[in-house]
Amino acid sequence: MLAAIGLESIDQLFSGIPEKLRLRRLLDIPRALTEPELLDYFKDRAARNAADYVSFLGAGIYRHHIPIIIDALISRSEFYTAYTPYQPEIAQGTLQAIFEFQTYIAQLTGMEVANASLYDGSTGVAEAMLMAQRISRKNKFLVAKTVHPEYRAVMDAYARNLGIEIQLIDYTAEGRVDMAQVERALGKDVAGIVVQSPNFFGTIEDTALISDLAHRHDALSIINIAEAVSLGILKPPRDADIVVGEAQALGVPMSFGGPHVGFLATRDRYVRQMPGRLVGMGKDYSGKRAFVLTLSTREQHIRREKATSNICTNQSLCALMSTIYLATLGPVGLAEVCEHNILKTDYAVGQIRSQTPHRVLFPAPRFNEFVVQLDDRYASRVERLMQNNIVPGLDLSRFYPELRNTLLVCVTETTRKDQIDALVKGLA
Amino acid sequence: MSSNHQRTGSHFQITERLVFEEGSPGRRGFDLPELDVPRKDVATVIDPSLLRDGIAGMPELSEVDVIRHFTRLSTWNYHIDLGLYPLGSCTMKYNPKINERVARLEGFALAHPYMPAELIQGALEVQKTLETCLAQISGTDAVSLQPAAGAHGELTGILMIRAYHQSKGNPRKKILVPDSAHGTNPASVTISGYVVENVPSDRRGMVDLEHLKKVVDQDVAAIMITNPNTLGVFERDIAEIAELMHSRGALVYMDGANLNAMMGITRPGDFGIDVLHINLHKTFTTPHGGGGPGAGPVAVKKILEPFLPYPTVGRQAGGNYFFDHDRPQSIGKMKAYNGQFGMHVRALCYILANGPEGLKEVSEVAVLNANYIRAKLKDAYAIPYDSPSLHEIVFSDRIQARKDVHSGDIAKRLIDYGFHPPTVSFPLIVPGALMVEPTETESKQEIDAFIEAMLAIAKEAEENPEIVKSAPHSTRIGRIDEASAARKPVLRWRPE
Repeated sequence: MLAAIGLESIDQLFSGIPEKLRLRRLLDIPRALTEPELLDYFKDRAARNAADYVSFLGAGIYRHHIPIIIDALISRSEFYTAYTPYQPEIAQGTLQAIFEFQTYIAQLTGMEVANASLYDGSTGVAEAMLMAQRISRKNKFLVAKTVHPEYRAVMDAYARNLGIEIQLIDYTAEGRVDMAQVERALGKDVAGIVVQSPNFFGTIEDTALISDLAHRHDALSIINIAEAVSLGILKPPRDADIVVGEAQALGVPMSFGGPHVGFLATRDRYVRQMPGRLVGMGKDYSGKRAFVLTLSTREQHIRREKATSNICTNQSLCALMSTIYLATLGPVGLAEVCEHNILKTDYAVGQIRSQTPHRVLFPAPRFNEFVVQLDDRYASRVERLMQNNIVPGLDLSRFYPELRNTLLVCVTETTRKDQIDALVKGLA
Repeated sequence: MSSNHQRTGSHFQITERLVFEEGSPGRRGFDLPELDVPRKDVATVIDPSLLRDGIAGMPELSEVDVIRHFTRLSTWNYHIDLGLYPLGSCTMKYNPKINERVARLEGFALAHPYMPAELIQGALEVQKTLETCLAQISGTDAVSLQPAAGAHGELTGILMIRAYHQSKGNPRKKILVPDSAHGTNPASVTISGYVVENVPSDRRGMVDLEHLKKVVDQDVAAIMITNPNTLGVFERDIAEIAELMHSRGALVYMDGANLNAMMGITRPGDFGIDVLHINLHKTFTTPHGGGGPGAGPVAVKKILEPFLPYPTVGRQAGGNYFFDHDRPQSIGKMKAYNGQFGMHVRALCYILANGPEGLKEVSEVAVLNANYIRAKLKDAYAIPYDSPSLHEIVFSDRIQARKDVHSGDIAKRLIDYGFHPPTVSFPLIVPGALMVEPTETESKQEIDAFIEAMLAIAKEAEENPEIVKSAPHSTRIGRIDEASAARKPVLRWRPE
């Protein structure tokens, strides 16, 4: 091949790089490992993560059962080694699957249209805020403190340089967004209000009421869904303007925080202000149904600095996991999963109330998470549970300093009764 | 098409409707275990006004229905395991199977980032080791694995540049972006609150140093440069450009999309780059997944380290790893948790499988393959910039356009020859661009077959241009009327 190029050495291929910039030593990285060595290396590291603990952690990442067929299907090279479907004639599989994802998300959220997915829930909420800024041409947002604290941190990082002001809204003793405070804060300058449901404490918000209040003040209602399984049974936020969130709960592994999959759904009239890819249904020249990336004049590769977002990729493969999850469970299976989450959580709350001296905070209805405030022996109790291979939940004071000695506990359909009983016993 | 490079044939494909048009009420694909806590009516736990009344249009399917549906869809895709994917700038290389195996180990797949640090030491070590390797490969001092994709890494990097200037008292106003840059570059600049100033390429297809000397003033925060650039050309003056920027208090951002050309050959940190993002889904073999997930870690020199997103992965004196949230000058959080961890496992696996000699060889072979294609096609296709190519080569359709055959037609005709098309219509500085990046994982036979196909198409363009202009002829569907699809967009299925 060198001869065909007319060169004598590999080194000559790099003649375009000035000699003074050439690295004339080997990179200082570990020596090459063979396949058996790689397996050993990673098995050893994986074993040093606690997969065998009983975990009551949720807080934005949920442990639901993932049907085996998801991995079987997404492991097909045709899906996972394909590129972005810019050549529709040879990418109809990916395109149709994304169109199905868009439809499922629209059905679940009660919105008219959804995009092909975003990086995750946290960046999704930030993008929703920028989208609302474009629609409203206003710069102030009211954001519930009960929106996932890491999502709020990402909103802050995005907002900082774009003249966006974020005003936080407190939560009530019920564990819901303080509507009176929202009402006081709403004014002509408010672009939108951002509320999560179920919120970070697991409490279900009355999204219809929130959207109504926003609309009465000419603000957009942005509802964030961090636990997408909940949409299988809870009334969707049909009155919102943007429903954005995280679909990890729908069949995507927790995987230490990523890759997960964000979604963004809205009303038809805002579709041209949406960030991210969209797949449309159309026809080929002979009239056959065909799918294609569309409305790309919103996107960076066409519009450059005037694009609606700098996003280039979506999370196609994770969106496919969620699509297969929803196809496998169907409306009945999904509702049953929801029912198990609600009833097991309700059981755990009841047991903690009746069998332990601790207080379960916030009386409003909840999906699969709740907050329990321990007595002063918090540290020793948590330590004892850990010694019994139980991670009892998230220490909420990490994000809410006012909530001392509290745990955010998550119970899903995968949590067995004997595991809940062990937690209760450990707390008693 | 002559028979010796005929790679496509007939292969049965099953037509499949939308999932919403399949199934039948009562079918199930999944059963839950028996409920082991007391059963109650959900309406007694949650006010019925908060509950939904079914999900209109959601289908009910059996496990086999689901398997057949998605398997049938999958057969309509071209993919890297099927053949060459010469997409310039996208680095479509083979994705080693072991990456997939190790990323699925339960200890990784079931890890929760809020686990106490002592229970996630393995995951943290993977992240720290990958950070260290990426810093070494790029010649930088510190890395954040948080960004979710290349464009997200760009945004992260530009926000760090802003924070750096802010710490000196003035964030400045503009970022310079060459006209050959990826569209994400100017878009990332805008959402960082900066103004884009385009800089023209010179006759070599490189950034014009003399022009820069005139435009870099106190308002310029940085230049955002791609090296090798999108023509596959190494910016020969890169060290001088960096020196100029630094002398005027500005920084240099590098789009690391083309890192595959230089591993172990030259390092961005050594030629003056202050911050770059690295596309793990390009250079480091994490699969493209039909459009994501990607991963876009950001690597920085010492001066930008304080501004990295939090948390970073730290290591205590005793050897234990931890998430370090104590970063007072940090730009904040760019994404919940710490990045696309599943991709980090795969990328580290690739780096460890190659080692220092292997990575250097990757870049050498990638550049060799691109130059071989250039040598073989240079008479049939115009080369608008004749500077030496590294890992990719940009042709134009100038010769074929005389017969009204354009880059898009050539691309579609390649499908009939059994190949994915190259990147077309980019970079914008080349009218009718055909951007070819073969990568190192292709054999000479595969590359020769591609070359033969390209030569055959050039001949067709001369002799029978209609066959090229109406391609593809071998696919399940033909060209799509994209204009009508955009005019009246149908973005979801609805019941009839």
